[in-house]
Amino acid sequence: MASTKRGQSALAGYLFLLPNLLGFLAFTLIPVLASLGLSFFEWDLFTPPKFVGLHNFAMLMKDREFWYYAFNAFFLMLAIPVNILGSLLLAMAMNQKLRGIVVFRTMYFMPSIVAGVGTYLLWRWIYNPDYGLINTIIAGWFPRWFNDWIRSLGMDWPPPWLTSVTWAKPALMFMSFWTVVGGYNMILYLAALQGVSPELYEAADIDGANQWQKFWAVTWPLVSPTTFFIFTMSVIGGLQGGFEQAFAMTRGGPAGATTTISYYIYNHAFAWNQMGYAAAMAWVLFAAVFAVTLMNWRMGGRIVHY
Amino acid sequence: MLLPFVWMLATSVKPAGDVFTSFDSPMKALVPREVQWQNYGKVYDSTQAMGGGFARWYLNSVFVAVVVTLGQVTTSACAAYAFARLKFPGRDKLFLGYLGTMMIPGAVTMIPNFILMRKITEWLTVAAPFVNWDAPRVVSLFGRAYEVGRLVGPDSYAALIVPVMFSAYGTFMLRQFFMSIPRDLEEAATIDGCGLFRIFTTIIVPLSKPALATLTIFTFMGNWQSFYWPLVMVTQDSMKTLPLGLLSFMGLYSTQWALLMAGSMMMILPMIIVFILGQKWFISGIQLGALKG
Repeated sequence: MASTKRGQSALAGYLFLLPNLLGFLAFTLIPVLASLGLSFFEWDLFTPPKFVGLHNFAMLMKDREFWYYAFNAFFLMLAIPVNILGSLLLAMAMNQKLRGIVVFRTMYFMPSIVAGVGTYLLWRWIYNPDYGLINTIIAGWFPRWFNDWIRSLGMDWPPPWLTSVTWAKPALMFMSFWTVVGGYNMILYLAALQGVSPELYEAADIDGANQWQKFWAVTWPLVSPTTFFIFTMSVIGGLQGGFEQAFAMTRGGPAGATTTISYYIYNHAFAWNQMGYAAAMAWVLFAAVFAVTLMNWRMGGRIVHY
Repeated sequence: MLLPFVWMLATSVKPAGDVFTSFDSPMKALVPREVQWQNYGKVYDSTQAMGGGFARWYLNSVFVAVVVTLGQVTTSACAAYAFARLKFPGRDKLFLGYLGTMMIPGAVTMIPNFILMRKITEWLTVAAPFVNWDAPRVVSLFGRAYEVGRLVGPDSYAALIVPVMFSAYGTFMLRQFFMSIPRDLEEAATIDGCGLFRIFTTIIVPLSKPALATLTIFTFMGNWQSFYWPLVMVTQDSMKTLPLGLLSFMGLYSTQWALLMAGSMMMILPMIIVFILGQKWFISGIQLGALKG
């Protein structure tokens, strides 16, 4: 009796799992292995694949463009600490019992919800050097002596933003700040802040702590698990990100200044039909993501207060 | 925070010439001199020749997003139930496998999937030569012909839908939720002679409405914005989803910013509405996905 029941449960288990498992095998697990295999081949999809051993990986190490695009991805990731700090400050502001606070929360959350081709086009227009919103603001609201002074330093001012090698990356970083600051990360911080016991702040008050001290001694350590989680996820996202906005806004330019690794993979795989090389690159990216994840697991225990 | 949206709306209703006027004050740039709602109609009309234009892209986006969402939520819920409640050999190892694949960059799996989609037409033609797998189909409806793409491979609805219909993330999230449901009800139902499928549909699913609603909204929104996979799968204008359509519109009208902003507005407006209606599911969903993990 018991054994038939267990048998039935096992059968039912597999049946419930089956649809998802088939899809998982066909479109995730087998492709992962296939792309590893592919990385040892040269293949343009039209002529038969040619085995080249580790050649793709060796070529990648010497590919100066690849390293430049990796540098771009890292440069863009410099926005992460600023974004995280912004989310935390915003969450602290939202963590008050004020009437209408939900309206603000919705407002700040909005950009992260609608982020996509629509907002990328919007920002392309905002960054228009001649008629865009930002340069109109710089010309109209910034004091004239300030604008003259910056120009006298020999800088392009107001900046040509997306059309300039110098300004394109900061422009994308500012856009990312607008997109993410009130989004998922802020909600996570909000939940963390609501979990901090008010008694701790009361105790700090009794000890005569000021706002700044309360932040460093109470808030910051107690939200550190959340900070750590957000930082890890942002780094993982940053390593493999940057394709969509660059494709919609700059096509990776000017002169490759906004091309990231994921964009370079896209070009090799889907524009230039170099499947093997693209697969090798994708696996290197995977290895980097894996390394970051492992490192974070290791370090997590030491720098986070639970 | 809202300023970019205000700028977007303002530009979208400006007369074409007003977009290219330098203003000495941002306030003048932000308030249209004249409101032309016709711009939205113009976007609709001027894209008609692009495989049906915005109307068609809306339809494609809605269709793909709805089918993918239904598929993901259903298959994830079934798999999550198996992982959370049923005992079978290899269960925990399989679950670890699901978890492990969640951090794999999309590009890793996308390359072989792309190749599969390119090759599947050839393979099916060999396996079942009596069907013309490669021909783009046209359907006649109410006296008009509509291009509906191929059966499989690039420029087909199948390619846009099937490979993205299975989600490890959804399975993971729902499993965590199912684990938190007390078992008493199920035990009582078992004693009453309920089968596993009945238990699933009459106990687990109704009790998991919040989690299912959250996953539904997230998946739908994600698909509405989905860009990378459709980009590599679709070249034909009539098969494009909204993000792709908007991008090709951009290519043709690259300097007509009033029209481009109207188009962008048409893309994000449905999302804003869905978001405002489903707001509480978002907030709870984010916390569910991250904190229980």
